Amino acid sequence: MTPEMVAQHQLSPDEYQKIVSILGREPSYTELGIFSVMWSEHCSYKSSRLHLKKLPTTGKLVVQGPGENAGIIDIGGGYVIAFKIESHNHPSFIEPFQGAATGVGGILRDIFTMGARPIAVMDSLRFGRLDDPATGARNRRILSGVVAGIAHYGNCFGVPTVGGECLFEPCYDGNPLINVFALGVCRKEDVFYAKAAGAGNPVIYVGARTGRDGIHGASMASAEFTEESKQKRPNVHVGDPFMEKLLMEACLEAMQTGAIVGIQDMGAAGLTCSTCEMGSRGGVGIEIELDRVPQRETGMTPYETMLSESQERMLLVAEKGREEEVYRVFRKWGLEAVEIGVVTSDGKMRVKEHGVTVAEIPARELADEAPLYDRPHTKPFCGAGASACQPPGLPITVQDALPALLASPDSCSKRWIWEQYDYQVRTNTIAGPGRTDAAIIRIKETGESVAMSLDGNGRYCYLSPREGAQLAVAECCRNLSTVGAEPVAATNCLNFGNPERPEIMAQLVEAIEGMADACRFFDTPITGGNVSLYNETLGEGIYPTPVMGIVGLLKTAAPLTIPFKSPGRAVVLLGGIGVCDETRFGGTGYAKEILKQLWGLPPALDLEREKRVQSAIREIVAAGLAESAHDLADGGLAVALAECSVGPAGIGAAIDLDSDLRPEVLAFHEGPSRILISTAYPGKVAAIAEQHGIGAPVVGVTIEKGMEIRQRAMTLGSWEIATLRAVYTGALESYVR
Amino acid sequence: MKFGVIVFPGSNCDHDAFYAVGTNLGQPVEFIWHDSSTLGAVDAVILPGGFAYGDYLRCGAIAKFSPVMKAVRRFANDGGLVLGVCNGFQILVEAGLLPGALIRNRGLKFICREVRLRVETTDSPFTSAARKLQILRLPIAHGEGCYFADERTLDELEAEDRIAFRYHGNPNGSLRDIAGILSRERNVMGMMPHPERATEPLMGSSDGLTVFQSMLRAGVRV
Repeated sequence: MTPEMVAQHQLSPDEYQKIVSILGREPSYTELGIFSVMWSEHCSYKSSRLHLKKLPTTGKLVVQGPGENAGIIDIGGGYVIAFKIESHNHPSFIEPFQGAATGVGGILRDIFTMGARPIAVMDSLRFGRLDDPATGARNRRILSGVVAGIAHYGNCFGVPTVGGECLFEPCYDGNPLINVFALGVCRKEDVFYAKAAGAGNPVIYVGARTGRDGIHGASMASAEFTEESKQKRPNVHVGDPFMEKLLMEACLEAMQTGAIVGIQDMGAAGLTCSTCEMGSRGGVGIEIELDRVPQRETGMTPYETMLSESQERMLLVAEKGREEEVYRVFRKWGLEAVEIGVVTSDGKMRVKEHGVTVAEIPARELADEAPLYDRPHTKPFCGAGASACQPPGLPITVQDALPALLASPDSCSKRWIWEQYDYQVRTNTIAGPGRTDAAIIRIKETGESVAMSLDGNGRYCYLSPREGAQLAVAECCRNLSTVGAEPVAATNCLNFGNPERPEIMAQLVEAIEGMADACRFFDTPITGGNVSLYNETLGEGIYPTPVMGIVGLLKTAAPLTIPFKSPGRAVVLLGGIGVCDETRFGGTGYAKEILKQLWGLPPALDLEREKRVQSAIREIVAAGLAESAHDLADGGLAVALAECSVGPAGIGAAIDLDSDLRPEVLAFHEGPSRILISTAYPGKVAAIAEQHGIGAPVVGVTIEKGMEIRQRAMTLGSWEIATLRAVYTGALESYVR
Repeated sequence: MKFGVIVFPGSNCDHDAFYAVGTNLGQPVEFIWHDSSTLGAVDAVILPGGFAYGDYLRCGAIAKFSPVMKAVRRFANDGGLVLGVCNGFQILVEAGLLPGALIRNRGLKFICREVRLRVETTDSPFTSAARKLQILRLPIAHGEGCYFADERTLDELEAEDRIAFRYHGNPNGSLRDIAGILSRERNVMGMMPHPERATEPLMGSSDGLTVFQSMLRAGVRV
């Protein structure tokens, strides 16, 4: 093996030496390929594993934490939910439609591999600026392609896409982020694990045939982009959601026979990953014969077959003698199921072609002994320099700034996106996109519902990775609490640049530590997730973008939605007006859209206070005291108030704020721990707020027409609802067109 | 009254139709697998939404050849009630049980949203429980729901009072705002909006029950 071949496989000389010592000899070419994908950043987490251990992963409801295909939480009534988030960033840049589609396919397989039927999908998306003269056209094409790809796969498969988030920054120009979250449900006793067991048991391949697509996809996802990356289009997989639907139905049905011992999907690193991981988890070996692998192309080498990432394939281990029970189900669904090998007791992953061994590697060492790096990290860059801390003078008034912010791609309605998704199929969607702070899916069998929210803020994390990550956790939990759900567990997708650069590694470490603290504080253990590194193009890294997905539980009932419903209700700002100095104003949507600046630090988060606000809102919602509720986020109070006003009823509000803050800071600061509600029972709401030790000023009243913000009786702005609605709902489509 | 829900491998609203009829309408219901050549003892058949065989060709183009569609055709010819929703509607037109075609939405994008429908006739076993010109709120979720037919067919549908629903605010470019139509004998109806997704308050609307209640009424009368 020449050093060039080793380097081509993105393995370092040290890593190569480790391979030689594990094998006790030089690897064959096929073995080198197998090691290179299993030890890629994408599959091995070699740069992040050390720090991921800092995350809390246990809790009273956690049935399965990290290490399986998805985390599992007990939701009571004999049922569990399985959920996880994954990235498909690199493929989606190269081929947006198929990249995003197969991202959905991959995470759905992770869910039904666990025995759970997927019942919801959400997406966290980041793109470059749509109106940039140089890159806008490409960014619009990527956005359209990604959304169409997600729609294509999810709609056909039959899983509702119920929410998510979508933001735009120049740093995502050459590196969009496509993070897909999926959640499934099953009975507690029906959970399946990706573990092989029982020497002599047959290893069965099911689903689509293997082709040359996606070879080295995992390695591609573990490198920076260069000009040559566009040549990697053949590395992107092609998805078939109909096949995936059949595969899911057949797998879930086959699991019910009791003849299946273990099952794993073939995702990243395909046949390689599924065989060695199942063997490693079960402490056994697996021997397969490549001649038996269903192939859709002729003349594939062992190297290609083992590394192919063809989609919609599964590997399962059945009980010897009961194969026919499994085959019968797959025949019913018109799928191929072929015995390609056998479980052995020697702990080796052995691959044969025409009866000749072409690879023989200890499964445990391959799957679990990947190199582990404590990569050097500096103190992170934190907060922009003092010179930038002073915002330039006020360019526009609150009156003009609000419509401008509502029309910005970050704050505007994402209807153009979510109307392309079937968000209702399976008739469990209690609250779909755009109506509530968190999506809500009911579990028909138990009378309980699951609320879910995704959040990440790259700007905040760029200014302070630690605080930014905490803010994302707090925001997700607040979203859940605002609909009355108790947050219970989390998943995360860590999107960062090149970890070999100490300043990037520092961002990763800081973000993980901040996230760990916040998740511990809110008692939302992380049950799984994904790390996506090397998100850089031509040496330009993205903002550090950890994305949180948190789920909560609540009783099934009509949801508490965002819009004001009737005039004459008290408008209460739970958590109070909050504080914000100029340093903490530099990461806001206002600073970005109106001042075109980024400076200082993200909004200050007081975890204790945040928790009290969330307890209070849950109590208010449970008591049925609120008629509408919406948490303050991007764009602060003014944007939140507008979002409450542009609902179908067209009910607005007139508020008057008693504060010393500068008008634009008062209207647009993004201090957390604040929720805007309308209520017919301000007294009762105040009593609950007082019990929790938080402010809850009545700032105004809902009105039939228009929206008005005053500061100590001085009008900062007053708007027609129709005007606000027009800019808010029409903006995204006008950018895309 | 016993309902049967046809299950093609790519049907994905089959469970929703089953739930709407079984739980919210409170009637017996069973699934009928696509390779079955008989329907069993059912009084009405629902072809649910989804992507019958992937629909990579034309929606419903392959489904019309499935064994169960022979049975559905016989059932319809004998006067049985057949409701096709979304993909079910597409299959019914491909199979020739209803006239016209469903082509890509005018905007070329999949659309999922609540629409308002106007009941155009109450003279059918699917709409008798409604009031004429009543407005129903039902969701749509389709990429190929633009109803298309030649002028003569459209005139004929109107002349024979066979347009069951029209969009009140046309979302997909359907000719003459057509959202649902009836067969000449009025025992087969296809519609793009999803009545099964609007059968209890938690779904956001219960207006879809009207369709199933009408069928129930017709079934009991027989």
